[in-house]
Amino acid sequence: MSNLAMAGKAAVEPSGPKPKGLTPARIGLYAFLIIAALFFLIPLWAMVITSMKSMTEFRAGNIFALPQQPTFEYWVKAWSTACTGRDCNGLAPGFFNSAKITLISVPISIVIAMVSGYALSFWKYPGSQLLFTILVFGAFVPFQVLVYPIIFGLSSVRLPWGGTLFGTLPGIVIVHTIFGMPILVLLFRNFFASLPVELFKAARVDGAGFWRIFLWIMLPMSVPITIVAVILQVTGIWNDFIFGLVFAGRENLPMTVQLNNIVRTSTGTVEYSTNMAATILTGAVPLIVYFVSGKWFVRGIAAGAVKG
Amino acid sequence: MTSVVAQQQGLSEGQLRAKAYRRKILGKLPSIIGTLPMIAVAIGVFVIGLGFTVVLSFTNSRLFPSSEFVGLLQYERLWSTPRWVQSVQNIWIYGAGLIGISLLLGYLLAVFIDQRVRGEDAFRTIFLYPFALSAVITGLVWQFMFDPIWGLQAAVRSWGFVDFEFAPLADGSTALYGMIIAAVWNGVGVTMAILLAGLRGIDEEIWKATRVDGIPTWRTYLQVVLPMMRGAVTTALVLLLVGAVRTFDIVIAMTGGGPGIATQVPATYVIDSINARNVGHGMAAATCMLLPILVMVLLIVFFRWRAQRRAEAA
Repeated sequence: MSNLAMAGKAAVEPSGPKPKGLTPARIGLYAFLIIAALFFLIPLWAMVITSMKSMTEFRAGNIFALPQQPTFEYWVKAWSTACTGRDCNGLAPGFFNSAKITLISVPISIVIAMVSGYALSFWKYPGSQLLFTILVFGAFVPFQVLVYPIIFGLSSVRLPWGGTLFGTLPGIVIVHTIFGMPILVLLFRNFFASLPVELFKAARVDGAGFWRIFLWIMLPMSVPITIVAVILQVTGIWNDFIFGLVFAGRENLPMTVQLNNIVRTSTGTVEYSTNMAATILTGAVPLIVYFVSGKWFVRGIAAGAVKG
Repeated sequence: MTSVVAQQQGLSEGQLRAKAYRRKILGKLPSIIGTLPMIAVAIGVFVIGLGFTVVLSFTNSRLFPSSEFVGLLQYERLWSTPRWVQSVQNIWIYGAGLIGISLLLGYLLAVFIDQRVRGEDAFRTIFLYPFALSAVITGLVWQFMFDPIWGLQAAVRSWGFVDFEFAPLADGSTALYGMIIAAVWNGVGVTMAILLAGLRGIDEEIWKATRVDGIPTWRTYLQVVLPMMRGAVTTALVLLLVGAVRTFDIVIAMTGGGPGIATQVPATYVIDSINARNVGHGMAAATCMLLPILVMVLLIVFFRWRAQRRAEAA
């Protein structure tokens, strides 16, 4: 709990002693940090320059050699013509599937979690605490343990136009909503629980009910926490692999699954230029979210950390 | 008072209480309706779904659930399957390596960043960005780095160190370590962020006191501060443990479980069993995956309970 608050404002004063000029210890300190930074940056660097080298150039040099004639040819190929098994449509269909899944799942899961968190804070009913406890423990359960029961559940729902929910867009949205719920409900419950009760009581005295208080008082106040939840969900759902693989069905395979298929499909020499271009394209969305959102992203992680 | 009202309305006290209770529940009705999806997930997935997994593990279900109970047969088969035994062994090595290195490196990074360094934000951003990338991307990038013909090994050899060997994925005995490196790259930033938050939560007075006592900084970090941030360490540990048990994507992207079965893990075993239409068997494996989580949850509950009892006693 307290870690959430602390990590949220991790920018408070450093607690270490004040530096005294450039001592050998200081130099060692920076050396360590820079070496660590290189460890984190080298794969990204290698990935970017490889994606911009032609395969002839790639074979001639090593992975750190700069591209002599930088080209985006492989990015285009990865996006539109790289092959996965029989189809050669590149990553583009996967991108649009991921976008579709994310755009539908994020608002649904957040609205449900928001209302639940609000109810759990201000409208407790017999058993609500127990439900919350179950949900929090649910955050610990490895997904794979629940895969079959959910396959079974989804495929026993028959759709009026034939088929079942399993392997459809609504199916994968339901799955993302289910597995996003523990952490999101926790996030919103803790947020609403931190609001002054007087706010709620005053509205009650004025005769406002469950939905009215939610819409007029709670919703406008929960903008910051909602941003955290959106970042958490967008990156989480975009990066998901196993649910997309199992539940999305052939028509809706997300980008991560497409990416893995493209890389696995390569026959003969591995065409790393295309593979790395495809990898960058798939990572672009969460990376942009990360660099744009900055501190909010850290807050989302901290929120995830409250699980403990 | 109540009894007077009750007599006036010709109601017994019990009836009155029932009426009040009904009104109370009725007032909560919107709340119950609003939380219906949550109720469905908590009960339907995390209670019934989990129960379903456990029950199926005692049946001989193939593609569809079967009601033919076979006792512990699936578990006997499971533990006599070399691939499962290897998977369990792998996850212990992988988990121990990942958790140990992440905590160590995470704490080191947090302590070093805490030294009023220039460009703190830049360092933090660099250490954390891989976490924004999916495990699939992490796996693919490191698979590229570890490629014996094109990756790091080839690059270092081309610089003149012709005997340099670093291609862990090519060899079954080292492939797991390659996976650990990739997983640390992906997630150690989170451990660092949590531990750094813990460090910054330590009272400034503690620092002043240790400085007055002339305790060297490194000893303060190790022997004074670390025990004080038990909460942050526990949080980081729990996250790492849950993540390790779940490990799936990175295996698929990096090695596909190979070479041979050298990097198979329980999660891939469960999914493959379901795909192979051997659900009963897969559910036995899934139930086994729950055990470490169960132990962890019980430990958390126990320590919370003990802390609470101590707080009450004090």
